[in-house]
Parts: sequence; structure tokens; C-alpha cells
Amino acid sequence: MTAGRVRLMITIGIVGVLEAMCRLGAIDRFAMPPPSEIMWNLGRILVSGQMWPAIAKTFANVAAAGAAAIVAGVALGTLIHRWAALRETLDPAFAAYYAIPIYAFYPLFIVVFGMGDLPQVLIGFMLALVAVIMNTLNGLDRVPRVLLKTARIQRLGRVSTALKVSLPFAAPYVFTGIKLAVAYSFIGVIGAELIMSRTGLGYEIGYAYNNFDNAVMYPLIVLVLTVAASVNAVFYVWEKKLLARRRK
Amino acid sequence: MSKRRRAVNAALLIGGLVVVWQVVSWLVPWLTGANALASPAETLRFTYGLLASPSFYPHAGETARAFAIALIFAVSLGVSIGTALGASRFAGEVGEPILVGIYSIPKITLYPIVLLAFGIGMPAKVAFGAMHGIVPIAIFTMGALRNLNPVFLKTARVQRMSRWQIASRVLFPASVPEVFTGFRIGFSLTLIGTLLGEMFASQRGLGYLLMQAIGLHNIRMITAVTFILVCVAVTASAVLWAVDRRLHRRIPAEG
Amino acid sequence: MSASHVKLRGVTRVFAATGATAAVNALGPIDLDIERGEFFAIIGPSGCGKSTLMEIVAGLLSPSAGSVMLEGTLVDGEVVDGVGVVFQEDATFPWLNARDNIAFGLLQTGLPRAEIEARVDHALHLMGLAGFADAFPVQLSGGMRQRVCIARTLVQRPRLILLDEPFGALDQQTRLLMGDELVRLWRETGATILLITHSLDEAAMLATRIGVMSARPGRMLDIVSTPWEPGRGSTIISDPRFGAVTAQLWQLLREESLRSMTGSGHRP
Repeated sequence: MTAGRVRLMITIGIVGVLEAMCRLGAIDRFAMPPPSEIMWNLGRILVSGQMWPAIAKTFANVAAAGAAAIVAGVALGTLIHRWAALRETLDPAFAAYYAIPIYAFYPLFIVVFGMGDLPQVLIGFMLALVAVIMNTLNGLDRVPRVLLKTARIQRLGRVSTALKVSLPFAAPYVFTGIKLAVAYSFIGVIGAELIMSRTGLGYEIGYAYNNFDNAVMYPLIVLVLTVAASVNAVFYVWEKKLLARRRK
Repeated sequence: MSKRRRAVNAALLIGGLVVVWQVVSWLVPWLTGANALASPAETLRFTYGLLASPSFYPHAGETARAFAIALIFAVSLGVSIGTALGASRFAGEVGEPILVGIYSIPKITLYPIVLLAFGIGMPAKVAFGAMHGIVPIAIFTMGALRNLNPVFLKTARVQRMSRWQIASRVLFPASVPEVFTGFRIGFSLTLIGTLLGEMFASQRGLGYLLMQAIGLHNIRMITAVTFILVCVAVTASAVLWAVDRRLHRRIPAEG
Repeated sequence: MSASHVKLRGVTRVFAATGATAAVNALGPIDLDIERGEFFAIIGPSGCGKSTLMEIVAGLLSPSAGSVMLEGTLVDGEVVDGVGVVFQEDATFPWLNARDNIAFGLLQTGLPRAEIEARVDHALHLMGLAGFADAFPVQLSGGMRQRVCIARTLVQRPRLILLDEPFGALDQQTRLLMGDELVRLWRETGATILLITHSLDEAAMLATRIGVMSARPGRMLDIVSTPWEPGRGSTIISDPRFGAVTAQLWQLLREESLRSMTGSGHRP
């Protein structure tokens, strides 16, 4: 009995219990339809194509926020690592960063950037960025001095050392930041869409809620959670493989 | 790093942020013609006014109450789940991906379901806050037990200690640093979750004040309430961080 | 009344097969008698199962076959009274200072506080830690932490003290000094000592008898007695008999070490 099988059984068990409770009336239809009906409606929605624009928009925003955060985060992380004084000043900011309710800045973004996609992408970007920076710094911190000394003895210049020694060594730890960036991009973009947007899956979920349209709301929630969980799982497993090569 | 250096760094950081703030508050009306951010000076004045007015405190109290209850739930459930999963290797193997998965998904998507289940008001806010805090607390508690240095258990067995003695005199003190880190993270996330809950499921509280200000386009109120929230969140986080550091200072580096 | 303290008969330990690996015959069969008040050392190549053997004697592990008797009592996976263990890794509790670490085991015995304090103070002095009673492990060097662990074991006045490569993480000079201290403690407490070590010199310097184990699965190849009066410690280095003993040990051990290094081992 592997762990994976147990997890599968637990999932099936929970879904089964929910299905029974819904069908038997223990859970009010108004609150939640049975899981089988939710999946049926999801299939219907996907086939009908009515949600594809929203789906495309959301995932494009998530991808944009994530990619930008990764590129900017690694670059900034490398720079900050070089400049010790800057790092010292910023370290406490990084520590406190994730305590701040970032959605509170949303109204500011709307006024500055209008009601398009930019505010959502920006919130996703801002949430993801610091995780990438922190993990890049952590990875570069871990490069053992002896490897840097080896590089000096091989007469590698600064850029060569960074590209051929430091970053490759730090790569698995940077990848942890990438994994987090993916998760935070989903959280930031979809949260922003739900709160105050006119497009995207987050908005559609909120709209369906306001219109008491459970036949649309639940399938969309399931869709968002499933895709987010699957994408994150892929990165989680990938990260584990990379770190396993670095067993102490 | 000396205390003086740390204080200077902190001053530089705060100073830098205030400067950026001021600049942005000038730039925005200049670029877009509309106001979106009150200046630091204006905000401080408005905040002072807010804190002086008696109508502010019922809202602050509401948020504090919701947060406290949510935190109690998050800690008790999180520690229980984490302990259960950390106690057995197999349970941990089964449970960890589930916890990590729940941690990484946009929980705000579940928000409409929470509203349908709890209705509008305090229970929904507490549910939403607790929901955000449970998972990191559970993950770190589980980690603390799984990462327990095996030689501690062997030492306790050589001392022929009973299971209860081992739990209270070895497992518990050994786990405190890591569990506290989970608590620190769970604290911040519970606060954010409670505020989000207030923004949509309440007619009272600081989150509600923020939403109301957004609706009325009251820039100074938006900035002031955001400022208060950020100050509270950052101060709490800083205090917890200091305790966290102190707890971890006792741990010798691995050989 | 037999003078036997530890009696092993046919002790083996097999680690069961998992999904990924076959069953591992880690140890045995081992027959061994250790007399009361002896200083017995066990040496052997890496992976021969010496630590496993110690844990079985301590009662931390059950033997897969065979029997372990401590002072006539059967030991099977439960730690019995009168046994103290010093592990290879640092086992100091980081949340307690040196004094509280040492007192740790005494707190549940119901001894009066004055007695506990007296024993702890005595142990602190004995191990040269008197000035560091209030220090936390993070403030102590590796050698001092190990001394705290030894002190923690001593205050319980065990009749059998098991040490698993206790000085492994220390530098050579500190090892020699700690070895001398161990001999001094042995003479003062009169306890039976079982020392696991990979150092031939250390075994020869400190022990009255030395058991040499083969490569995995470890068996007792031979037992060598040291011909000089016990308790000489590191001063024995200059004695020509010391060289003879270590040569004899190496002769036994060299081939086993090669076997263990190339991974061939013995067929189980």
C-alpha cells in the first residue's frame, strides 16, 4: 500500500461522501450540487467554449506574472547578492514582505493602470518576485567558498564564475523560488480577478456567485483549483528531483 | 551585526520607502490626472484623526476579535494535524503532498463556497482567516517532528523514560523553534485571510472600512487604513521574527 | 556469582528487505563474554556492524536471533537498569544548559534535589566543566559537548557504560586527552566499559581486551588481551609492547578492511 494509493483512496472517499450527502439532501442543493453534477457541468462548459476567452486570459496573465517575476527575481537576486550593503538594508523588508496584505494596493493600481490586465499581472508579479529573490539569495549564499577559490585558480573572470560556477550550483535552490513564483502568480492573479476585475476566471467565479449560478461557479472553482494544483505539483516533483542530487 | 548598524539599516529602509511613497503620490496625479495615493504627511494627519475618533475603535475591535478567534482555530487545528502527520512516517508521506498542495492553491477561489456555507458575518471571516493559517502551521509542526534528531530519542530511551515523559521533556522542547516558525507564518497569513474576509463578508471591521473607502473613492481613507494595516502587520511580523531568531540561536550548527 | 556482565550468544541482526533493497545481514552470529569491571574495546572495518552490536547490547535494538544477557537478565529491545550510553553524535539538548543537560536523567528518579545537585556538581568537576555549567551547547566546543554527554551518563552511576566512537568528531590531541580521562573515570567508578572505536591505537591504549570484528556481516575474529597493567592510558605509547599489540590488531584487521572497502564482504 503505497502513499500514493492511500491518497487516491482518501480523495475518492471524500468525493464519495460528498456525493452521498448531496444526493441525500444532507447538503442543500442551494449550497452545493453533487460532485458528479459539477463535473458534468464542467464538461459542458468546456465543450461549449463560452469560457475559453476567460480561461485564456487568466492563464496568460498567470504566465506573464510568473515569467516576469522569475527573470526579474533572479537578476535582482544576483545583483543584491553582490552588493552586501544593499542586502543588509533589504533583508528585514524581505522577511516582513509576505505579512503585508497586498490586495490593499489594488485600488492604487487600478487608478494608475486602468481596468485592463495590468493590475492583476502586477499583483501576481509583486507576490512572486520576492520569493524568487529570497531563494536566489539563499542559493548563492550556499555556494561553497572552496568552489569560488577553485574558479579563481582556474582564472575565470567574474561573469564566467557566476555563469559557470555560482548559478549552476545555486540552480536547485533558485528552482525552489521558481516553484513558489508559479504558486504565487496563480494566487495573486486569480485573487485580483475575483476582487476587482472584469475579465478572467476569477471574475467569472465572482459573477456566477453574485447571480446564484452554482452550475457555473462550482465547475469553474474546480477547474481553477485542479489546474493550479497540477501545475504546482509538477514543479514540486521537479524541485524534489533537483534537490535529491544535492543530498548532504 | 551591531545594534547600531541594524538601527541605521532600518532607518535607511523606512526612509527609502517614505521617499518612494512621496514620489509616487506626486507622480500619479501628474501622469493620470487622478488621485490614487495620499502623501505620507496627509496620511499621517488623517490617521491621527482616525485614531482620535471614537467610531474607529468598534471596527478595530471587530477585526481583532475575528483575527484572535481565527488564530486560535488555526493553531489548534494546525498543530493537531501536524502532530498526527509527523508522528508516523507513513502518515507524513501520505499527508505532506496534500498539505503542500493546499498551501499553494489560490484559496481565495474557495471564498464563495465559504460564504455559502457560513453566510455573511463573523463565522465566515473566522473561517477564511483560519483557512489561511492552518496549513503552514501544520506543515511546520509536521516538519519539526520529522526532523527530530534521532539521537534525542535514543538518549531518552536509554534514560528509560515513559512515552509521556519523552513527549513532554524531549519532543516538545526540541520542536519549539520549528513550530514557532510555522506559527509566525501562520499568524501573518491568518491576518491577511481575516482582512480579506472582512472586505466581503462583513459590515464591520477594518477590511470593511477599506472596501467602503474604495467604493466612495475616499483616497485618504484608503491610504490611511492601508497604512494602519501595513504597520500592524509589519510590527507583529518583526516581533515574531525576533523571537524566532532567538529560539533558533540556541541550535548549534550541524557538524 | 558469575563475574560475567555481558553475555552474547549467537546474536545476529538482519535488516529486513524493503521494496528497493534486499535483506541485509548486518551482524553476526556473535558470541561474546565481557567480565564485570573490564574495559572492553571493539574494533572493526566500516560497516561491520559495531554500532548495531552496541545498540543491541544497550537494548535499543532487538537481535534477529540469539540472546543478550546483562548481569543475568535477558535483554530484548528494552533498555534495562544500570546501562549508560554515549553516542557518536552530539546528543546534548540545545534548549538546556550544561548543568540541566547533565541533570536530565536524574530528574525523574525521585532523588532529593540536594543529592541531584551534588552529583551534577561532582560530574561537572570531574569532566572539567565547572566554569561552563551555565553555558548552552551552542556556546561549547564539540569536545566539551561530548564531555557533557559523558557527565550525563555518569551521574546515573551506570554499571555498564557503552560508548560508540565517542571521540570521532574530535581532533587527535583532544582524542588522546579524552581517552586518558575515560580511563581515569573507569578506575574511579569501577564500571564495565564497552568502547566501540575504529582507532587501533585508542583501543590498544585504553582497553584490557580488544575484540576484532570481521567485515560485514561482522563476526568476532579474535580477542586480543593487552599484556600490561590496566589503566596506563596514553603513557603506554612509549612501551614496546604497545607496538606489538597494534601490529597484531592490524594484521587481523587489514584484510577485513580491504574487504569492506572493496565491498566484497563475506557471503552471509
